[in-house]
Amino acid sequence: MGDVVNAVVLLANFVIVPSLAYGSQLALGALGVTLIFGILRFANFAHGNLMAFGAMFVLLATWWFQGMGVGIAPLPTALLALPFGILAAVAASLAADRLVFRFYRRRKSPAVILMVASTGVMFVLGGIVRFVVGPDDRRLGDGARFLVKASEFKAATGLKEGLSIKLSQGLTVGVTVLAVAGLFWFLRKSRAGKAMRAYSDNEDLALLSGVSPDRVVFHAWLIAGALAALAGTMYGIDKSFKPFTYFQLLLPIFAAAILGGIGQPVGAVVGGFVVAASETTMTYAYRKFLRYLFPEGWEPRGLVQLLSTDYKFAISFVILVVVLLVRPTGIFRGRVL
Amino acid sequence: MSFLVGEGMTGGYGGVDILRSCTISVEQGEVAVIVGPNGAGKSTAMKAIFGLVRLREGTVRLEGEDITRLSPQARVRKGMGFVPQERNVFATMTVQENLEMGAYIRDDDIGDTMARVFDLFPVLKEKRHQPAGELSGGQRQQVAVGRALMTGPRLLMLDEPTAGVAPRVMDDLFDRILEIRETGIAVLMVEQNAAQALSIADRGYVLVTGENRHTDSGEALLSDPDVRRSFLGG
Repeated sequence: MGDVVNAVVLLANFVIVPSLAYGSQLALGALGVTLIFGILRFANFAHGNLMAFGAMFVLLATWWFQGMGVGIAPLPTALLALPFGILAAVAASLAADRLVFRFYRRRKSPAVILMVASTGVMFVLGGIVRFVVGPDDRRLGDGARFLVKASEFKAATGLKEGLSIKLSQGLTVGVTVLAVAGLFWFLRKSRAGKAMRAYSDNEDLALLSGVSPDRVVFHAWLIAGALAALAGTMYGIDKSFKPFTYFQLLLPIFAAAILGGIGQPVGAVVGGFVVAASETTMTYAYRKFLRYLFPEGWEPRGLVQLLSTDYKFAISFVILVVVLLVRPTGIFRGRVL
Repeated sequence: MSFLVGEGMTGGYGGVDILRSCTISVEQGEVAVIVGPNGAGKSTAMKAIFGLVRLREGTVRLEGEDITRLSPQARVRKGMGFVPQERNVFATMTVQENLEMGAYIRDDDIGDTMARVFDLFPVLKEKRHQPAGELSGGQRQQVAVGRALMTGPRLLMLDEPTAGVAPRVMDDLFDRILEIRETGIAVLMVEQNAAQALSIADRGYVLVTGENRHTDSGEALLSDPDVRRSFLGG
């Protein structure tokens, strides 16, 4: 019996908790992508680098606060700096819309042209980030490291396996729950949110009802920018801030958005967790886990790891391809908010 | 002077005139119906009155005010409600949210108007928390009409409201339209089911190739042998 509990704790420590944290980060990112798709009807490839852009301003503000000796220990200083990142990412989104996307929108260009234009915005944002802070890995999280320490958990439960929950993981999940609840409340209950859903559902009828397209687009960028900064910062606090990883995150984020049904906020959240869980469960080495469950002597010799962690992006890619082949509308029948 | 009149309307899509000097008018508390063969420009005439089709010539006047150059949105604010033929509800939103979106431009309390719509279409009250896309065709048309009534329009325009609904549902919908007329609203509609529509019409227009062919009361048109032979199948 003790072995089964140990096995579960082991899995919780290395698979479940990390999946929840990573899934939250993907969910925040995918929400932004899905929202822009729902309103503006194109895949915004600049979203990953927008996350980097927002997180960079959080990093700069964090340094500034640290330099002044201001902090909110045990919480990471980056949380205090978050508003700067959100402001910067929102400003960048609105600027990109004004300078690039609006032009194509007014010409009623096909979605693929807007998508290619977003690739350009992506390179510009990525370039700015590298220009300002460089391509290196930076530490964004400070303050306390753990909510639950493995050694304390072992001492408290008397188990062989320890469960550790990093503060950053707890924060990520908590912030995501708040952000998602806030966004859903906005979309379901507020006048502006209902106007966004109406516009996404039936643009012509929304216009006939007096919904202003400019306002809807403005709100969409506002929310997408804020979500991008939030996602980028939580990922940075949990792991580290490295510009290139945000570009790479684009793939799992799109996999999550499309798996859930693009344009569907609920789908983006579910998709984020499914993609994260797939990545961690496929790349975890189950040897020790199985040793707890198997009788003496049955212990597997290999690592029992399905895929090397180097291949984790392949998993997102496979999910993306399979969803597009089997059920292109995704779990929640996408294309509308 | 008519409450609403589209006079000498000429225009269409992309340089091709579909309407040729076509005149349509409707009074408050009256149902006017536009009928005619396929491609006669019935829907185009309706859209032109609502500002969805650009007119090359002619004017649209509401209570004597020239609104020819106004956008559809501005016409909604002037008291015109329009129910398109297709995609006329927000399918993913609940019935109640559809009605709320109909009243989007209003800042005052919409409770009374919504209660009146629910009185007119009791089934909508029952299903108010269901997504409109899950309703039957007839119920969806009720949502569409209800949505347009939410601004409290003085003119309600319906583009083939009974397209694709069962005959029994169609009769019911016509009854509702007569009830709407009783409240003093002017109703203008385009109908494929010409005979049934003319039987409730105070005024009927028969369009052929974008021109007025016959204009009379619904009853007179129904008994006109020429109209019967050409458009009502004998």
